[in-house]
Amino acid sequence: MIRLQNIEKVYRTDTVETLALNSVSLDIAKGEFLSIMGPSGCGKSTLLNIMGLLDAPSKGQIRIDDQKTEGMNDKQLAAFRNKKLGFIFQSYHLINDLQVLDNVELPLLYRDTTAKQRRELAAEALEKVGLANRLKHFPTQLSGGQRQRVAIARAIVGKPEIILADEPTGNLDSAMGNEIMEILLNLNRNDGTTIVMVTHDENMAHKTHRLVRLFDGAQVQ
Amino acid sequence: MLKNYFKIAIAVLKRRKFFTFISLFGISFTLTILIVLTAFIDKVIGDNYPDKKRDRSLYITRIQESGDNNMMSSTLSYYFLSHYTSMMKTPVKVAISSMFKGTNTYVNNKKIAVNFKYTNADYWDVLDYDFTEGKPFNKQQVSNADRVAIISEDMKRQYFGDVTQVVGKYIEADNVNYRVIGVVKNVPVTNYMLYSDIYLPYTVSKEDYKSKGYLGGYLGILLANSPGDVPKMKAEYENIIKRVPVERKEFKHLYSHANTFFRSYVDTGNEEHSGVFIVVTAISIFVFIFTLLPTLNLVNINITRIMERSSEIGVRKAFGASSKTLVYQFIVENLILTLLGGLIGIVLSLIVLSAINNANLIANLELSINFTVLFIGLLVCLVFGLLSGVYPAWRMSKLNVVTALKA
Repeated sequence: MIRLQNIEKVYRTDTVETLALNSVSLDIAKGEFLSIMGPSGCGKSTLLNIMGLLDAPSKGQIRIDDQKTEGMNDKQLAAFRNKKLGFIFQSYHLINDLQVLDNVELPLLYRDTTAKQRRELAAEALEKVGLANRLKHFPTQLSGGQRQRVAIARAIVGKPEIILADEPTGNLDSAMGNEIMEILLNLNRNDGTTIVMVTHDENMAHKTHRLVRLFDGAQVQ
Repeated sequence: MLKNYFKIAIAVLKRRKFFTFISLFGISFTLTILIVLTAFIDKVIGDNYPDKKRDRSLYITRIQESGDNNMMSSTLSYYFLSHYTSMMKTPVKVAISSMFKGTNTYVNNKKIAVNFKYTNADYWDVLDYDFTEGKPFNKQQVSNADRVAIISEDMKRQYFGDVTQVVGKYIEADNVNYRVIGVVKNVPVTNYMLYSDIYLPYTVSKEDYKSKGYLGGYLGILLANSPGDVPKMKAEYENIIKRVPVERKEFKHLYSHANTFFRSYVDTGNEEHSGVFIVVTAISIFVFIFTLLPTLNLVNINITRIMERSSEIGVRKAFGASSKTLVYQFIVENLILTLLGGLIGIVLSLIVLSAINNANLIANLELSINFTVLFIGLLVCLVFGLLSGVYPAWRMSKLNVVTALKA
């Protein structure tokens, strides 16, 4: 599903060059649930961003669903992300000015859908994460766990084949974290969604199919 | 999509009330000034009372004689206008009138400032003053130098109070008593060529209207048979002027033009070169600077506002918004803001215009918003919206997703 070949990422300032990823190669199969672990600053998030086409590698190739992603322009990348990828962030990144339902509809705005379809699909996604009764709330009226569930609903509303989750339980207590993890596991099990999750939590990581460890930008396991 | 943009635009406006206030204040205040200015220009140039035949009229307002080291420029003498225009074949009528002059008169020991002007009899045929009572003076009354007067409605009210009929009564101006023979609707003072409180036959003037000097206190309006004859009439006047000898040896050139209303209205007094270009340029520069300042202010505010929303930008990009879509979204949001400001501006303008009208700052001037003014107002809003939205939106759309999400 996702194939990374010799990915290198270098951050350059006027005086310093930092190697954030050093020749990382990874194959992630369709329907796999993979977790990435490693100490802070080891390049986990950078790797996830590169997989999500949010950042470009300095070297190396990325193939998603057998499609080459190098050379895509801004518009093509946007359309590709919209169709294939869903994102979940540690700090949720919901739009506080919009109601829950409008937040979840967001990915569908960039597709050819009617307002009615968008509402229906968003309500369906919210039901899936157990928030069918919070459609008209604003994010600030929800608990952390509920916000993350809204973010999951937003990630799955467009039915992407891949979900990239950057420390989805990082801001939550263990009970809420477990709830979120359960939702992700169900998505993977029932819908066959490929999930790549960055985490600091060994317990969570061990619930996934495979664990990849990074250290100083290189893959160690 | 648009509904979503609208929702978020309103939410953002509500969130930062102070920024919203500054933005809306900038837009609405500028728009108010522009609408009032346009209403003024539109009234002054566009209102055609009492010269309803502007399309077939030419105005002669100045004469200039110049030599190497000296120059004289002024309105014209009665003699010059009547003598040289009488040689013309195209005009069917020629109105000749003096500029209005001020004097004082007394009613029950109360001083009233009065403006009066002298005209010939044809003046009343060339121009279409609305008579609420009485009628204009005729050629016979002019040649008899009858002491008759036509007064404005304002003058009637000030001098005679609330009476229905004043024709036949006497009014004093410049220490002479005149018999009122007609009352006309007011002309705003901004139409300075035709405005007055009292109109008198030029033959009762104490000044020597028979003097053969070229310079004097009079203006002329040439009336052609049809709009098509106007260019011919203009050429005919220019030809006559070419043959008019200069008055004194030290002068080499003599200039005088028969111009359209707009051109004569904005004439700067230099007959050698038209003042139209200078006036139009001056107004344009004024409007440009006036709209540029709030636009720059808005650009600045918009950049801050948009950058505050970098997390939203990141999320939208991650979920499939291209840079172009985001630019579009922010421009739409900005247009909503400016249109809101526009609406407030229009309401403010209505208040300001009615205040100006009620205060009667400028004699007889009734300003109003018409479609031209409204259209220009909305156009200004649109330009504001685009100018102040495009640059911040473009800058924001270039933001890297990862950086945007981290901010």
